[in-house]
Amino acid sequence: MKPISAALCLVVAGAVAALGGPARAQQTVKIGSVLSVSGPASFLGDPEDKTLRMYVDKINAAGGVAGNKIELVIYDDGGDANKARTFATRLIEDDKVVAMIGGSTTGTTMAMLPVFEGAEVPFISLGGAIEIIDPVSKYVFKTPHTDKMACEKIFEDLKQRALTKIALIAGTDGFGSSMRVQCTLAAPKYGIQIVTEETYGPRDSDMTAQLTKIKNTAGVQAVVNTGFGQGPAIVTRNYAQLGMGAVPLYQSHGVASKSFIELAGPAADGVRLPAAALLVADKLPDNDPQKKIVVDYKATYEATAKQPVSTFGGHAYDGLYILVDAIKRANSTDPKKIRDEIEKTKGFVGTGGIVNMSPTDHLGLDLSAFRMLEIKGGDWILMAPKS
Amino acid sequence: MAWLSDRRAATLLVFAVIIAALPLVFPSGYYYRVAALVFVSGFAAIGLNVLMGQAGQVSLGHAGFFGIGGYAVAIGPAHLGIAPWAATPIGAVLSAALAYVVGRPILRLKGHYLAIATLGFGMLVALVITTESRWTGGPDGMPVAKLVLFGWRATGASTWYWISGAVLLIGAWIALNLAETPTGRAFRALHDSEVAARVAGIDVARVKLQAFVVAAVYASLAGSLLAMMNGFINPDQAGFLHSVELVTMVVLGGLGSVAGAIVGAAVLVTLPQLLTVFQEYENVMLGLIIIVSMIFMRDGVVPTAARLLARRGQP
Amino acid sequence: MSEFVQFLMSGLTVGAVYALVALGFTLVYTASDVVNFAQGEFVMLGGMVTVFMAALGVPLPVAALIAVAAAVCVGLLLYWLAIAPSRGASPVTLIIITIGASILLRGAAQVLFDKQFHKLPSFSGDVPVNLLGAAVQPQSFWVIGGTALIVLLLYLFMERTVLGKALRATAANRLAARLVGINTTTVMTLAFGGSAAIGAIGGILVTPITLTSYDVGTLLALKGFAAAMLGGMGNPLGAVMGGILLGLLESFGAGYLSSTYKDGIAFVVILVVLVAMPQGLFGRRSVERV
Repeated sequence: MKPISAALCLVVAGAVAALGGPARAQQTVKIGSVLSVSGPASFLGDPEDKTLRMYVDKINAAGGVAGNKIELVIYDDGGDANKARTFATRLIEDDKVVAMIGGSTTGTTMAMLPVFEGAEVPFISLGGAIEIIDPVSKYVFKTPHTDKMACEKIFEDLKQRALTKIALIAGTDGFGSSMRVQCTLAAPKYGIQIVTEETYGPRDSDMTAQLTKIKNTAGVQAVVNTGFGQGPAIVTRNYAQLGMGAVPLYQSHGVASKSFIELAGPAADGVRLPAAALLVADKLPDNDPQKKIVVDYKATYEATAKQPVSTFGGHAYDGLYILVDAIKRANSTDPKKIRDEIEKTKGFVGTGGIVNMSPTDHLGLDLSAFRMLEIKGGDWILMAPKS
Repeated sequence: MAWLSDRRAATLLVFAVIIAALPLVFPSGYYYRVAALVFVSGFAAIGLNVLMGQAGQVSLGHAGFFGIGGYAVAIGPAHLGIAPWAATPIGAVLSAALAYVVGRPILRLKGHYLAIATLGFGMLVALVITTESRWTGGPDGMPVAKLVLFGWRATGASTWYWISGAVLLIGAWIALNLAETPTGRAFRALHDSEVAARVAGIDVARVKLQAFVVAAVYASLAGSLLAMMNGFINPDQAGFLHSVELVTMVVLGGLGSVAGAIVGAAVLVTLPQLLTVFQEYENVMLGLIIIVSMIFMRDGVVPTAARLLARRGQP
Repeated sequence: MSEFVQFLMSGLTVGAVYALVALGFTLVYTASDVVNFAQGEFVMLGGMVTVFMAALGVPLPVAALIAVAAAVCVGLLLYWLAIAPSRGASPVTLIIITIGASILLRGAAQVLFDKQFHKLPSFSGDVPVNLLGAAVQPQSFWVIGGTALIVLLLYLFMERTVLGKALRATAANRLAARLVGINTTTVMTLAFGGSAAIGAIGGILVTPITLTSYDVGTLLALKGFAAAMLGGMGNPLGAVMGGILLGLLESFGAGYLSSTYKDGIAFVVILVVLVAMPQGLFGRRSVERV
């Protein structure tokens, strides 16, 4: 049995040696990030990853923050919550970061949340669902609008158009099902009645069966699709294929990137969705407080990443600058002091809206952060805010 | 020291020494976390190895049982008021019962047909977990209550390191002993030739079912352990990709070798941690390493290494 | 009626893709006993290479040809570099090798291309065709027709050519085939190249409908494998029928029962079929050698 034992010892020794990273650099402030750069949520993690790297370089070139250069540590969880949990421990225990931006999805965020809460290190999530900040955890913040807000924004628009009976079609991924639940909860408040519900799998390639059922349900006045990824694009195309164009179709902020229009093609005409101002940067009136920020970010991102801008990268931008501002105000790299300053963020103008945080609100956005957009002729049209 | 020449005792002793000594070289809590993950995955792989390595039956749906164990400790305390320590055996019994019911019809299938049937079973479990969100929290998963034993709360990476390390040793001890019992010998007879086993008077169907149930219980316990350690569970744990990962651990480490299952788990758990330095090339490297190691060590890491070392030992 | 036709056409289109993937599984399995879990990656390569070639300004038909050629090269490399050196390894070892290949190819695609979704223009426009009251995308006819053509060509190849007969002989008994002078290496090379080409063509045909990205292969491999087993592994007819049946199950399941549990319905049917017919619908009963 000696040979096996010797082989085992070698394997273990090798693993330990390899895991022990290089010595740590001094005089820097270390910011960690765990993103779904690959895997099914890579369309979220990829622009977030690019944005963080881009802007940290920028900040460092301009002298860093409070005299410290930022050292960014990014791990790719591949969309796997268990892996994210391990990387979270790695950031805390091994990299000793002072703060964390990331968690591309609600699933990975919820898995990492106890780690940061336990270690008392601020954690700015980029996940969508409201459960991340409700109930409030002391060290956990987030920048993207909640799915609940998206439902409310859509329902406001429906109310204005005097449409009350809707059908829901939801993706069975985390984003789609969480938003479906939030919409179901919010509907009665707006006098909206959900007549029928259908779902589709995250990688399904044909939704005509579900849409045919909705089409044949009497009294449906509008259809709301909660989902992200390629699913909503296929729903939109199948919708046009079945000739359902007379019934308004609403998408969510989960498709807020130009690639959705590209994928859905002419079928996207007339689709409405709530989204951040970033998508319509050049169409904002000059006196809009967000105008400068979103135009700058869009130009920088598109020039560097060579892909159309999405609001997902914007969430990472907001998270990074909320954190950097907090570190500046705290004039310290103590995680506890940084956390206190993040919570005091007031009037921060980001790509997602104007952020006013408080001890009871770790998001700090209201419904005005969302704009209602309609797709026309392959571009976003900004709908006039309600009078 | 005659007992040391006993293969089983030696293997166990080596693992016990490694588990006891590792913390001496751990620079931070993160290493406890990775090691604990290795132990939990290794425990599940040991069970799967009883089915695959000893009895020669494939399962591509084993994460289903892992998920059942995990959700037992999540749902029990949250919805039914059952303590986590009590929910763990309940999950294991549930998994065993399900394995028994499902195994009876599908274990008559052979080779790839068994693979697809188990895959289908695993998919169904994952689908139910993802869909019944009132109970399971849906695709985003749900939090898991802390393990409390006699008023003592199990928290922290090092605590879980010791718990999972001890569980791994017990699991390895049982599997090693199982191999030497009449049941274990029946498993191996089955592996070598089902027809021959039948001719030798072995109740093939019953023996296969035993291996399947044993493997399901191991997976379920591992699932409970991981869920309590993470304080969180989501449907990925029950998914197809996790099943494939478990199978890969067993085959990579060495079919039929208890040590192999643990080494396979160690390799597959630590690789992604090491390969992050390659950033976007991470998956390319992972795929390459799997291919190359399987080509050059077709029987798995441990049997190949043992053979090489044995050959060097003899002039 | 219109509803039924709508579900039927949806199921046939999706099923045709599963059928092509299953056909690839079966072809490789017949020639070499390998279950190739990288089969889905050929579909991905077909779509992605065409998209990126087209983006470089290459005319679509040429781009499609390049994509098929690229997939065939990858298929051959997979055989020469990974499968051939492992001859004689156990079936599970070979499966793990193909799973490794699938991870590798997906990883390479995410570096070489990108992580976004892409589409191709439909071959004959997007105006739906009215078929008995159902609205059908013209591309569906391309997918179904293309699949039928591939099946027909494969059938002619197997029945009428010497190489095809060699493939069938190898499938029946590898040792005997070698004894009568069939070069089994040629047969296996052919099977890997052929299955890659079939997968890539499927990917090109279906991308205008389903969109594509670097990671579409995993799910397709899963569904294709299920389809091949449902039909009976090693039987091309079974693979095609299994694929179409699986597509129809999903579509009618979503339409008439529950869209949430449609995948579950499909797998329950597979389990029931296999318990009743342990060799799949069209599988041969093999005689076990002791």
